[in-house]
Amino acid sequence: MTTRIVELRRGILKKNDELAAGLRASYAAAGVLVLNLVSSPGTGKTAFLERTLRELKARGARVAALVGDLETDNDARRLAASGAPVRQINTHGICHLDAEMIGKHLDGWEGVALGALDYLFIENVGNLVCPSSYDLGERIRVVLLSVTEGEDKPLKYPTLFNSADAAVITKIDIAVPCGFDRELALRNINEIRPGIRIFETSAKTGAGMEEWLAYLAEARAGQS
Amino acid sequence: MHELSLVTSIVETVNETLAANPGARVLEVRLRVGALASVIPESLEFCWGIVSEATPLEGSRLVVIVLPVVVHCEPCGIDSELDGVQSFRCPRCGEPCAEIRQGRELEIDSIEIDDGEVSE
Repeated sequence: MTTRIVELRRGILKKNDELAAGLRASYAAAGVLVLNLVSSPGTGKTAFLERTLRELKARGARVAALVGDLETDNDARRLAASGAPVRQINTHGICHLDAEMIGKHLDGWEGVALGALDYLFIENVGNLVCPSSYDLGERIRVVLLSVTEGEDKPLKYPTLFNSADAAVITKIDIAVPCGFDRELALRNINEIRPGIRIFETSAKTGAGMEEWLAYLAEARAGQS
Repeated sequence: MHELSLVTSIVETVNETLAANPGARVLEVRLRVGALASVIPESLEFCWGIVSEATPLEGSRLVVIVLPVVVHCEPCGIDSELDGVQSFRCPRCGEPCAEIRQGRELEIDSIEIDDGEVSE
């Protein structure tokens, strides 16, 4: 028996990474800012995105959203109420979105061309573990955390928090009854991802939305 | 977790590599997995036997090399290994470190194969 070692040095997710690189290039060529929204189930991604889409549209921005869930098109229907084009991706049991799913759903999306958009939001499957490994070609990965979840979420899920570019705290209108320790939450986020931009928001009252929208406009202006 | 799909992808990649070596059998597959890759080595091993069955990888060992997080500290100008993933600070000066130099790896390092030639 003759045995030998073959060096491979290949990324396990190489296929996804290559597809994501292709998507990133097409987003850049189209001049659309793409964001990937990630959180646990129940953080309020959809409510936050509904408000974001509505406010951006009111300011004349051209927006669209892809939304991932295991099953149902409930979220897509909610988001479509904003008037923005929305497409549901059902993963049928898969715990995250991947670049291939994004590519497929962008390709056959009737009436939506990347070049005619200013912002494209991708609402990932509610999961704080798996989406961290899958690049969707996004420019900005946003992690959301609600005041009902506990301030130590960043410490429990460091991988995802560490891979995020911005953090959004949601439901701050109910922070007081929830006994939410704001200082502790901010400290924990910063411990895992030093220097990250943090937005404290309420989709219900609109608190913090101005700052968030200003950040989006800045990021979009900065990409061209 | 998605360890099953990761293992499937590893087996596919190794099989592609073997296309150049017909008749070869895989003895060992070595992975490099960063502490921030959110992958559990035990789960990979659990799936390994199932996915590699009836392929040239059947019976092979899976070796997972776990890489600690390495951060770069701007003020100190040095890279340091971290003990865990609960705090991203320079172990020397205590400053928060935003730059990760190692810890997100998720790759096949190498494979050991038996070419199947009979040796005297």
